Amino acid sequence: MTAAPTIAVVTAGLSQPSSTALLADRLVEAARAALRAAGAEPRVVRIDLRGLAHGIADHLTMGFPSGELARSLDALREADAIVAVTPTFKAGYSGLFKSFWDLVPDGEFDGVPALLAATGGTARHSLMIDTALRPLFAYLKADAVPTGVFAATDDFGGADPDGDDSLQRRIDRAAGELAARVLWRAVGSPTTSPAGVTARGSALAVDESSRGRHDESPWREHDDSSRSRHDESSHGNAPDHDAAPKPPRRPSRPEGLPPLRVTPFERLLQG
Amino acid sequence: MQIGIFSVGDVTQDPTDGTTPTEHERIKASVAIARKAEEIGLDVFAIGQHHNPPFATSSPTTTLAYIAAQTENLLLSTATTLITTTDPVRIAEDYGMLQHLADGRVDLMLGRGNTGPVYPWFGKDIRQGVPLAIENYHLLHRLWHEEVVNWSGRFRTPLQSFTLSPQPLDDVAPFVWHGSIRTPEIAEQAAYYGDGFFHNNIFWNKEFTGQMIDLYRERYEHYGHGAADQAIVGLGGQFFMRRNAQEARREFHPYFDNAPVYGHGPTMEDFMDQTPLTVGSPQEVIEKTLSFREYAGDYQRQLFLVDHAGLPLKTVLEQLDLFGEEVLPVLRREYDAARPAHVPEAPTHASLVERRRAGADPVPGGRDDSPAGRERTAARTGADA
Repeated sequence: MTAAPTIAVVTAGLSQPSSTALLADRLVEAARAALRAAGAEPRVVRIDLRGLAHGIADHLTMGFPSGELARSLDALREADAIVAVTPTFKAGYSGLFKSFWDLVPDGEFDGVPALLAATGGTARHSLMIDTALRPLFAYLKADAVPTGVFAATDDFGGADPDGDDSLQRRIDRAAGELAARVLWRAVGSPTTSPAGVTARGSALAVDESSRGRHDESPWREHDDSSRSRHDESSHGNAPDHDAAPKPPRRPSRPEGLPPLRVTPFERLLQG
Repeated sequence: MQIGIFSVGDVTQDPTDGTTPTEHERIKASVAIARKAEEIGLDVFAIGQHHNPPFATSSPTTTLAYIAAQTENLLLSTATTLITTTDPVRIAEDYGMLQHLADGRVDLMLGRGNTGPVYPWFGKDIRQGVPLAIENYHLLHRLWHEEVVNWSGRFRTPLQSFTLSPQPLDDVAPFVWHGSIRTPEIAEQAAYYGDGFFHNNIFWNKEFTGQMIDLYRERYEHYGHGAADQAIVGLGGQFFMRRNAQEARREFHPYFDNAPVYGHGPTMEDFMDQTPLTVGSPQEVIEKTLSFREYAGDYQRQLFLVDHAGLPLKTVLEQLDLFGEEVLPVLRREYDAARPAHVPEAPTHASLVERRRAGADPVPGGRDDSPAGRERTAARTGADA
């Protein structure tokens, strides 16, 4: 099977090594295992926000992304699933984490499965996933899985007091929910049309509601030039991507921004 | 190639000495800058329209008429005229009057304005920004191309048997540019009518500007007004220069660091790397400006922002003197040498009169033999069948 959904992992840990990054690793491995069990070999794109902090601040003040941040936003836009992991700061997600999500255009993640996770010094903050993270992803119209994964310092402490390694169970459960949604979307649901009609890689896309999505593949097409160096997967695993048709003309789509969509003027005039 | 300057008319504190010009000083400075533009041989002077501090440009046609009376050759324009909150009938009247007074040395650039609170002061709603721009311009276009207009729409009281006075000079309306940074609908609008498209360019990375211009060019061709590379494109630019590049960077740094739009954000060096801003020597300004062609193609109008961020008038005038001596002649020579013969010059009143005489005025939406026209025909016959 050549199907290769892309999982974008956004982590906002600041220290190195970071418990947030470690939790992200475990979530990704669990999601990978769940998808593999169904015959899909996921590609994983890692977006570590610490390295993008300057780019995020510049985007906020300048209004457009550049460099590694732009490539990361492109990779995120193309992803079939999101794993978002933030440390808990002052009873909520970190400012860096929120600033990053403030930069994504509305409507870009409609229906995209998302696994929400966080780390914190104490389990007393664990409801932060439901009080802070979940509203954010509800606004983004992402399809957040029911199980959020909160890992407190105790969870990383080694011996589980209950002896049942409940963190791993939560991870597996959430990853399973994520994988099920990814697979379900791949089969095709009439309720999800995440990107509308857009010629990926082209500067131009004509918005005609009568037309269906241009790509026949259940997975979104990937523009390999936009892959960041965080990409862990080998292109050899996904020959169908390399064979994807090249953009029609002027492959000048700027990094970090969605393709432009045109509504024919006659329709604009009609209001 | 038309080369000129555009001003937002901001009243901003000079960060190096803490002084802020009065509105009166700023308004008079705009006139002095326009006169200097004429003196050094620039083609265009454009001024913005804003209705809120810190800007002192609420009445552009008054300012431009005053400048017109003191200049001979300068083409007077706007950056931008607010098509959303200004009654299109008033735009047709004010700019029509200006066109007569200035003997045709007038065009205008339409923009929406991005300050939410301004809209309700004029009875409008920013959430209707794009529909306002679409409908209001549709009316303005009719007022400038039809003698008697009967009209009704969503945003204005209807017009019955309305005849504009004065009618456009020589029956030729001022040329219209549509300015937009990131709204594809406006590029589409410019293409539909065969008007010009202007991208502010200066706060954006070149890939993004190129994407908007590509879109406009493709749609211009679609509507049959010419090939994509014959569409009428204008760009913004921004520089600060001294003969010694290090001196320019040292002097401009505090202005950059505290500038209203991009100050307190990225470093000046990053901003120079990612946007059209050049702070350096005349040669560096020339090289950067000529590089715009790489992503915008051969274009017709280049306007520079030179008088913002609290720069004193004296400095601005020095900048323009240096530009006239060192940069302008080289840019003219290089643009002329690079432009293929089939790419048109920017429209002027004289060329528009000629175009009208030749029966070559663009038809909104394209003639029947344009790609758009053929699509319409196919849709019609398909529906009949």
